[in-house]
Amino acid sequence: MERERIGSIARGKAGARAWDQPKQQWGRIVGNAALGLVVALFLGFLTLPVVALLLRVPVEALWSYTSNPIVLDALGLSLLTTLLSLALMLLLGTPVAYMLARYSFAGKHVLDTLVELPLVMPPAVAGVALLLAFGRHGLLGSVLEGAGLDLAFSTAAVVLAQVFVASPFYIKAARSAFQNVPVELDESAATEGAGRWARFQKIVLPLALPGMAGGAIMAWARSLGEFGATILFAGNFQGRTQTMPLAIYTALESDLNAAIVLSAILVVASFALLITFKVLSGRQLDVVGLGQ
Amino acid sequence: MKSVRTLSVAPSLLCLLLVAGCGGQAITPTAQPGAVSPVATDTGTLNGTLTVFAAASLKDAFDAMVNGLKEKGMSDVTYNYAGSQALVAQLGQGAKADVFASADAKSMEAAIVAGAVMSGTQQVLATNKLVVITARGDTPKVTTLKDLAKPGIKLDLAGPSVPAGNYALQALDKLSSDPAYGSDFKARALANVVSREDNVRQVLSKVQLGEADAGIVYATDAKAKPMPGRIMRPVPLGVGTIEIPDQYNVTALYYIAPVKDAPHPQAAKGFIEYVLSGEGQQVLASYGFGRAVQSK
Repeated sequence: MERERIGSIARGKAGARAWDQPKQQWGRIVGNAALGLVVALFLGFLTLPVVALLLRVPVEALWSYTSNPIVLDALGLSLLTTLLSLALMLLLGTPVAYMLARYSFAGKHVLDTLVELPLVMPPAVAGVALLLAFGRHGLLGSVLEGAGLDLAFSTAAVVLAQVFVASPFYIKAARSAFQNVPVELDESAATEGAGRWARFQKIVLPLALPGMAGGAIMAWARSLGEFGATILFAGNFQGRTQTMPLAIYTALESDLNAAIVLSAILVVASFALLITFKVLSGRQLDVVGLGQ
Repeated sequence: MKSVRTLSVAPSLLCLLLVAGCGGQAITPTAQPGAVSPVATDTGTLNGTLTVFAAASLKDAFDAMVNGLKEKGMSDVTYNYAGSQALVAQLGQGAKADVFASADAKSMEAAIVAGAVMSGTQQVLATNKLVVITARGDTPKVTTLKDLAKPGIKLDLAGPSVPAGNYALQALDKLSSDPAYGSDFKARALANVVSREDNVRQVLSKVQLGEADAGIVYATDAKAKPMPGRIMRPVPLGVGTIEIPDQYNVTALYYIAPVKDAPHPQAAKGFIEYVLSGEGQQVLASYGFGRAVQSK
């Protein structure tokens, strides 16, 4: 609406003329009403499930569910595995993102595409692929067995599944954060004799940090919600591989309230993560002088 | 205006997207479930698709009934196979189905409590037994029942709310009460459990893939054809079997019933009659199921 009015003011005479013609005015009203209706419908469609979920939270029994072993184990395991996944993604993803942002090399497009592949790969496919690669009789199965590593049905398998599906969210964001740091800053520091690590630490990292943090938060949210790859690759065992989404799936067949409580916790957590992301990504734009 | 419309349209939109979740209101206590038509010739005919919700372990046998059912005029039967407890959850949430076949009495009772099946309409469909299945390999880690409690083996079971998982716990109880196995046998075996699957077929698949060393499934599952496919192992997919002696075993009772407010009550009745007929029972027997001796 606001934009429409500004538009008509900007158009000056033409706008004034349109204002005089009731036919066009009606057309605009109908158009806006249709637009508003579509937006309202879609908004309703998006928010109604969340509202329905929160409405059904068993408030009177909430306290007993927060001490329910299934709920507690799932919460604890989700927290543990997603934090481990996050640490792994930061540790291994940051160099990849930096390399993609700052260097050109042969096969860069290939690397770029491979890194983003899990974004478009269905999680169930990721689960089967992980099983055939790292399962006991997968491609690396005997190598892992020789090294004394048995990933089958382990918490480590949960972490692998999460890193696999969520790392692109971090790498993509970190890459563009690195790209947004002006190369000139880096170069002028170099002419003043600052070493490579010092420049990364003192210039690039602080400027890229908000963007990296935003990506890390999205990756964290994605690993919190990871279901398909986990249940296929790591199995479903309370306290060991049954993360919150798996617990929700299992509880839906025996205890609707437990499923709702876990779902509500995940909704609130995801919402908090999203808000944090929004705040951080606003700040990132400010840092590089692109903000409002 | 707008908000009123949003509220009235959005739920039906949701229903379009989440088909299974919308029949909830349709179940009314006054409805006549599985109403019996006096016209016998009409019994098996079907217009539309007959939907059968069946325990995962019935898959091979029910799939094999296609031809027999076709002769009875039921050529369009859709099966939804899952753990019985999952099917009850779906029925309870209003999923449309005509027939429900469960792998235990508990799930059938849960369907009655949920209002999806009318009490007294359920009949015993077949019986089954449990066996231990083992991963194939050069050096199998599990060769006897006692090995289930050997530290370090990976045992896969169906979840405790899944009929097969519940039966498995009962069998472990019986083994524990025999001094030959020791009173802590069940506890030691349960310490080896690595996953609680959603249905018994998932147990079969995890053991076939060799991810788990052993699992407890129905005798009929152990006889199922190995999955096609290949993993990094010289032996083809498939499982070894260890019988559980009768004194430790459990008789799994399968129940079948028409679903209340079934879209096709006549065809549902025809389907149930067929699987309980000599011909249907023979198909079940050929897949290793026991005959439905008692009816309720």
